[in-house]
Amino acid sequence: MMPGRLAPIALAVIALSMVVPARAATIEITMENLVISPAEVSAKVGDTISWINKDFFAHTATAKNGDFDVTLPPKKSATSVLKKAGTVEYYCRYHPNMKATLKIEP
Amino acid sequence: MFIRWSAAVAAAILLSGPALQGATAADKPTDPQIAHIAYTAGVIDINAAKQALKKAKSKDVKAFAEDMLRDHEAVNKQALALVKKLNVTPEDNDISKALSKQASDKLAELDKLSGAAFDKAYVANEVAYHKAVNSALETQLIPSASNAELKSLLQTGLKIFQGHQQHAEHVAAELK
Repeated sequence: MMPGRLAPIALAVIALSMVVPARAATIEITMENLVISPAEVSAKVGDTISWINKDFFAHTATAKNGDFDVTLPPKKSATSVLKKAGTVEYYCRYHPNMKATLKIEP
Repeated sequence: MFIRWSAAVAAAILLSGPALQGATAADKPTDPQIAHIAYTAGVIDINAAKQALKKAKSKDVKAFAEDMLRDHEAVNKQALALVKKLNVTPEDNDISKALSKQASDKLAELDKLSGAAFDKAYVANEVAYHKAVNSALETQLIPSASNAELKSLLQTGLKIFQGHQQHAEHVAAELK
């Protein structure tokens, strides 16, 4: 009835729905058989990391710089949202041989 | 001295296990025996960790003991689930018996120590014990296991216990 007023709103909604998923991606990082994979991954601030522990051991994803410390019980997953840019090295506190790098772009 | 000696004995017991059984010396351990040995070896380290959690003074040693408790309980839980699934009854044997006897002697010996002396002795024994168990896994238990799932669990165990050995060596070096 009022196409002049609705059209811009509709456009904005369409534009937002296209932009938002592209901006905030979910990245899966798996721990299996005492290995973190991928060992190096790039992400952006606002992205979600989905940590998946496929082992029957508990693991952690612990940033060396203290930015995050996620505990993963056996066969469990967790998520965390990236808030700060930078290259973060992280490891499992329980199994320090498990190491990986997360490159977070602004 | 004693620590070295006991590591050698543990290795000898594990490696020459079948020899202890006399006439059947040539036989390699069966899957039910391997399951029993692996489970017993886990229980031994769990008991050692529980003792350390009560007695240890150093924060690093306590954290190490917590790691041992968590991982060995996880492996043994998995081992129990596997024997149940395979319908295998773990079978007691001379290697398991020798390991248990040696471990209870060790617990009694460590119980007499306290403070930094306990920490050092516990960690040194953890290094020696994991070395002996890893060597037995590598040279005897894994090659002898016939069930694929049991073999795979032992291989996962070896991988995690090698990490424990390195971790113990690292803690031992820090204590000096």
